[in-house]
Amino acid sequence: MDNIIEVKNLVKKYNSFTAVNDISFVVSKGEIIGLLGPNGAGKTTIINMILGILEPTSGGVKILGKDSIKDRAEISKNINFSAVYAHLPLNLTVYQNLYIFGLIYEVENLKTRIEELLREFDLKKFRNSKAGLLSSGELSRLNFAKAIINKPCLLLLDEPTASLDPDVAEQIRTKIKEYVQKNNAGVLWTSHNMREIEEVCSEVMFLSRGKILLHGNPKTLPRDHHKKDLEELFIKVAREPLEIME
Amino acid sequence: MKPVKIYAVFIRQFYLLRGNYIRFMSAFIWAILDVLLWGFISKYLSSFGGATFSFATVTFGAIILWDFTSRIQQGIMTAFLEDIWSQNFINFFASPLKLPEYIAGMILSSIMTGVIGLGLMAGIAGLLFGYNIFKIGLLIALFLFILFVFGVAIGIMISALIFRYGPAAEWVSWPIPFVLSMLSGVFYPVSTLPSLLVIFAKIIPSSYVFEGIKSTLATGSLSEANAINIFIGGILSVAYLFFAYWIFIRVYQRNLKTGALARFSAENY
Repeated sequence: MDNIIEVKNLVKKYNSFTAVNDISFVVSKGEIIGLLGPNGAGKTTIINMILGILEPTSGGVKILGKDSIKDRAEISKNINFSAVYAHLPLNLTVYQNLYIFGLIYEVENLKTRIEELLREFDLKKFRNSKAGLLSSGELSRLNFAKAIINKPCLLLLDEPTASLDPDVAEQIRTKIKEYVQKNNAGVLWTSHNMREIEEVCSEVMFLSRGKILLHGNPKTLPRDHHKKDLEELFIKVAREPLEIME
Repeated sequence: MKPVKIYAVFIRQFYLLRGNYIRFMSAFIWAILDVLLWGFISKYLSSFGGATFSFATVTFGAIILWDFTSRIQQGIMTAFLEDIWSQNFINFFASPLKLPEYIAGMILSSIMTGVIGLGLMAGIAGLLFGYNIFKIGLLIALFLFILFVFGVAIGIMISALIFRYGPAAEWVSWPIPFVLSMLSGVFYPVSTLPSLLVIFAKIIPSSYVFEGIKSTLATGSLSEANAINIFIGGILSVAYLFFAYWIFIRVYQRNLKTGALARFSAENY
């Protein structure tokens, strides 16, 4: 089976407000899919439903053929995430953070794996530093190290490079691409940086008001809609979603 | 349930205590202050001799045991609050960690602080005041077990309350041990309470424990009536534990639906 994740007719309603409206898509092995849209479009809601921390109103998410809510603990072993709003405990050291999450994800040969990650993400010198003392770039590297500690086959990245300088953002992007290539993993990536999305994603979905408006290759999609680039298309989707739908 | 994941939740709390001596001290300083304060009060009251002496020795023991109960309850609650304060909820709840494993980890960390606190209190009581908390023999294990289960139940219930109504509900948790100590007859016999409050006392497991302790210390043995009372206390504490767990699960399921779990922070409430 090449599909890692299958989202089918996913709906999330909060009373009369529909945050996610009948969304379906798949993410296959080796794919990096961009989930784009203005603030409040429903991107994080979708990610939360995939993570199993938000129950859909209807429809469902299957990860490796299993239900994201009912089989959460089992499938969570094979997925992981990094999000700007999900902080690692800042009062623990870099090593302690990785050790605790390594135990939770039941990582084999944990100590060796942590050493690998510390080396790979240039965190060795910070191993005994409290996470709260790291710069935002170092913290992002730690977050990403935690996100791949269990070598997940699905990575959910909610604005992984937000608030990073271009150099660190580039390092993180490179690490993610390397990880996907090496492990044949699938990635669902949200970002407001259109250049980044063009660079890393093989496919993008534009969301507006909880619906997928556009779906396609980030390199050809702007041209198909008579726009110069992805950023211009994003602005169009954000400001005039109805026109796009027509 | 996998022990390795329970250990992960426990070790997180252990690292926090180990990593900051102020935090470490704050976990035990109240136990030390309590035992010193009540030790001096008991010593003073004992100087009157007779019935007052008996009251002082019984109450001193009861206070040590009640402190243990409160410490267990607060150990669970503060472990839970740590995850709120550090906004770590998503990392835990979006991981393979199951709810029973999370709760078991919190219980384990509360045992760590509770047992160290009890050891400190018993040690200080023995060394400074010549008071032997273990003089009632093996029965102490039974009393401690009931109080431990009750402390765990209250800790889980308060955590569920915070989980449901947000971190602002934290303030409710601090006076609860005082209210419970009042109804449990820690400092006086339950019969001292007005008849309406006696009804409440009858549904609190700790009241049976403290009545049992007083009676055992006064008579030197455990009567049949007292044994039945302790049995009722034990059953009640287990019932409280199941009820607390059920409430926590219900709140979790509710938060899963409303989205409160995904965006749990002080700002959302």
